[in-house]
Amino acid sequence: MPSYVDPSKCDGCKGGDKTACMYICPNDLMVLNKEAMRAYNQEPDACWECYSCVKICPQGAIAVRGYNDFVPMGGQVHPMRSSDSIMWTVKFRNGNLKRFKFPIRTTAEGAANAYESLKGVNLDDELLSTEKALKQPTKLAK
Amino acid sequence: MALPNQPLGELPAVTNPEIVEHNVDVLIVGGGMAACGCAFEIKKWAPADMKITLVDKASMERSGAVAQGLSAINTYIGENPIENYVKMVRNDLMGVVREDLIYDLGRHVDDSVHLFEEWGLPIWKVADDGSNLDGSKPAPTLPQGGKPVRTGKWQIMINGESYKCIVAEPAKKALGEANCLERVFIVKLLLDKNKENTIAGAVGFSTRENKVHVFKCKAMLVACGGAVNIFRPRSTGEGKGRAWYPVWNAGSTYTMCAQVGATLTMMENRFTPARFKDGYGPVGAWFLLFKAKVQNGLGEFYANSDSVKEELSKFMPYGASAVTPTCLRNHLMLNELKAGRGPIYMATDVALNAFLDAKKAAGMDDKEVKKYWKHLESEAWEDFLDMSVGQAGLWAGMNIEPEKVGSEIMPTEPYMLGSHSGCCGIWVSGPNEAWVPTVDGPRSHQYKWGYNRMTTVNGLFTAGDGVGASGHKFSSGSHAEGRIVAKQMVKYCRDNASFNPELSQTAQQLADEIYAPVRRYHEHVGATTAADVNPNYCKPAGLMMRLMKATDEYGGGVATYYMTSGKLLNICLDLLRMLREDAELMAAGDLHELMRAWENYHRIWCVETHIRHIEFRKESRYPGFYYRSDYPTCDDANWKAFVNSTFDPKSKEWKCEKVNCINVVETDPWL
Repeated sequence: MPSYVDPSKCDGCKGGDKTACMYICPNDLMVLNKEAMRAYNQEPDACWECYSCVKICPQGAIAVRGYNDFVPMGGQVHPMRSSDSIMWTVKFRNGNLKRFKFPIRTTAEGAANAYESLKGVNLDDELLSTEKALKQPTKLAK
Repeated sequence: MALPNQPLGELPAVTNPEIVEHNVDVLIVGGGMAACGCAFEIKKWAPADMKITLVDKASMERSGAVAQGLSAINTYIGENPIENYVKMVRNDLMGVVREDLIYDLGRHVDDSVHLFEEWGLPIWKVADDGSNLDGSKPAPTLPQGGKPVRTGKWQIMINGESYKCIVAEPAKKALGEANCLERVFIVKLLLDKNKENTIAGAVGFSTRENKVHVFKCKAMLVACGGAVNIFRPRSTGEGKGRAWYPVWNAGSTYTMCAQVGATLTMMENRFTPARFKDGYGPVGAWFLLFKAKVQNGLGEFYANSDSVKEELSKFMPYGASAVTPTCLRNHLMLNELKAGRGPIYMATDVALNAFLDAKKAAGMDDKEVKKYWKHLESEAWEDFLDMSVGQAGLWAGMNIEPEKVGSEIMPTEPYMLGSHSGCCGIWVSGPNEAWVPTVDGPRSHQYKWGYNRMTTVNGLFTAGDGVGASGHKFSSGSHAEGRIVAKQMVKYCRDNASFNPELSQTAQQLADEIYAPVRRYHEHVGATTAADVNPNYCKPAGLMMRLMKATDEYGGGVATYYMTSGKLLNICLDLLRMLREDAELMAAGDLHELMRAWENYHRIWCVETHIRHIEFRKESRYPGFYYRSDYPTCDDANWKAFVNSTFDPKSKEWKCEKVNCINVVETDPWL
């Protein structure tokens, strides 16, 4: 289900060093054509439909069209992602619509504790830095 | 109109890239769950002046197998004895596993899950009235005694769309943004010039600018996932991208480590998941949460039939478990398909309506049933929308509503991995504990040699999909394993403080090798009017199709219902030898294509190890994943053993050997 870019919405992230979609695509598919100032998916048959580009695009310019070798035309799945939830709109080929909203994060972005000042105790045992005790197997093979 | 002999994409490659040299103590190769675990943990052990760099082919926020999100964490031990986790993994993987590694993972994994929850990952909880609360509702945390929604014994449900973003954030913060190099693809590891069998560095290139990066290091974690697009997929057009596993994983972990002499283990193992047809949406929640059953084309729920019980009795003790091993479930499904009793359906309609009928029978009024249905429907769709949106798209395109009609399921093309229900990978040292077996002989036969998760090469570590014979760690276990490695690498650096890594090739020689496909492109592109058809070189896209055709037809792919034989395997090896030679003729006109060229080198090597191992093992250990027609049964008397293989970087020869498989956890009772 390759992603595609709506040229009427894409602004090439205003020609910055990297466009949002180019920054995020795990498979290096999204590229910016600097002359047209528009992004595109350079290898649709390597698209995992992970929606990373769709979710991140600041202009809402990216959507997904079902893989043409097995998905009948007309349906579409589209997200709106905020900092704490995601709203999905599922449009069926027959026109039916369903909407689902799910939480995605219970803390503010940037708030995850990296425990930067925590120091491990003994480099020669098997305990990880935030662990207090480790189990040992009791039911051993004979 | 311009003739089509132009580079693809927007970032043309030049013949003389800039070279950047880095001197670090520790190099982390990869950016997925394992690498993020390592990045989070390592500074807590490292001295202040230790230089640590992480290099990711993509962006950590959305890289690796969890990029899209997940709807469950499949390994959370919680209230269960860890020994039972070992027994489950051992049985699912047909007996041949490293129980020391599995137990060790089991005792660390929950700590990572607790961190995920603290960082903001919403984890479903069971409410006082027994209903499911999504992860944003107020409830006690797991360490506070909050009860997760268990689907099976080991899985817990999450709202996991942002799982990877949440895990990457503290990893980056802990290591320092400046120490994370994104969009750099490491393609080759480098041994030390002076010290035998010791890692000294790695080389890669940027996919954003014409730059080759050469690293020197004392210790290294290589954790770049499993291998995808190594067998011809069922969808060969646009849908080739809809791989079940992340399509960007090219076997780099196995190939790069093998090439410097790291011993591999169980490379014959593969994973051929049965998933919703074409969209490859997950089936776990349907089986476990919604209690759905599979139906053959005759409408029979065949899984509990007498003939199935008889078939499973041929694979004892494995076939006797309450949860049938994954490969044997496939085996039963294939028997139905081969007998013409397909297609196989997941009876989603029967399952969902059973929930509604039960509520009605219990006296729930229509309005409440309607509300309950909204919740149930939402849970069903979230399973896809969290981790496999394409499956939702396929249902939308096909007008499928799961409460009205079932959906076809089908075993996919084979994948190679070590963290899911598969266990190929690299042979590593277990923890320094008395219960880890002590074995004489070379490291390729030992279970521990001082540094937990170190490969047989000094200073080279792996985690996640990289560690072999230890499946079922999934996302959480991979993170925990990365953390284990972090501490061990610091220990290794402390113990080898005087080691000064030295490379045997110059940075320029390395850059020339990395950019050879670019030079070849520029040298020959003028020989034709269309860049992709040229008698002097081959393009990565075509070479990948050639690889997938060879493995599919001769190596037991979907074309033959996963059947192969010694004869077919040797034909496959001949084809792979020529493919490896022709890989030296790949050409790349732009940086994206250069990435694809190097991914293909990695794919070819890793598939070759797979085929070599299947050829060496004279039995069919994993019926349903692959079969050898010449040795069609699972032969515990002769083959309940590891197959380990080592490539000698000097002589360029492969050696396969049988290695004793020792049980650590009690075998009576087996489960």
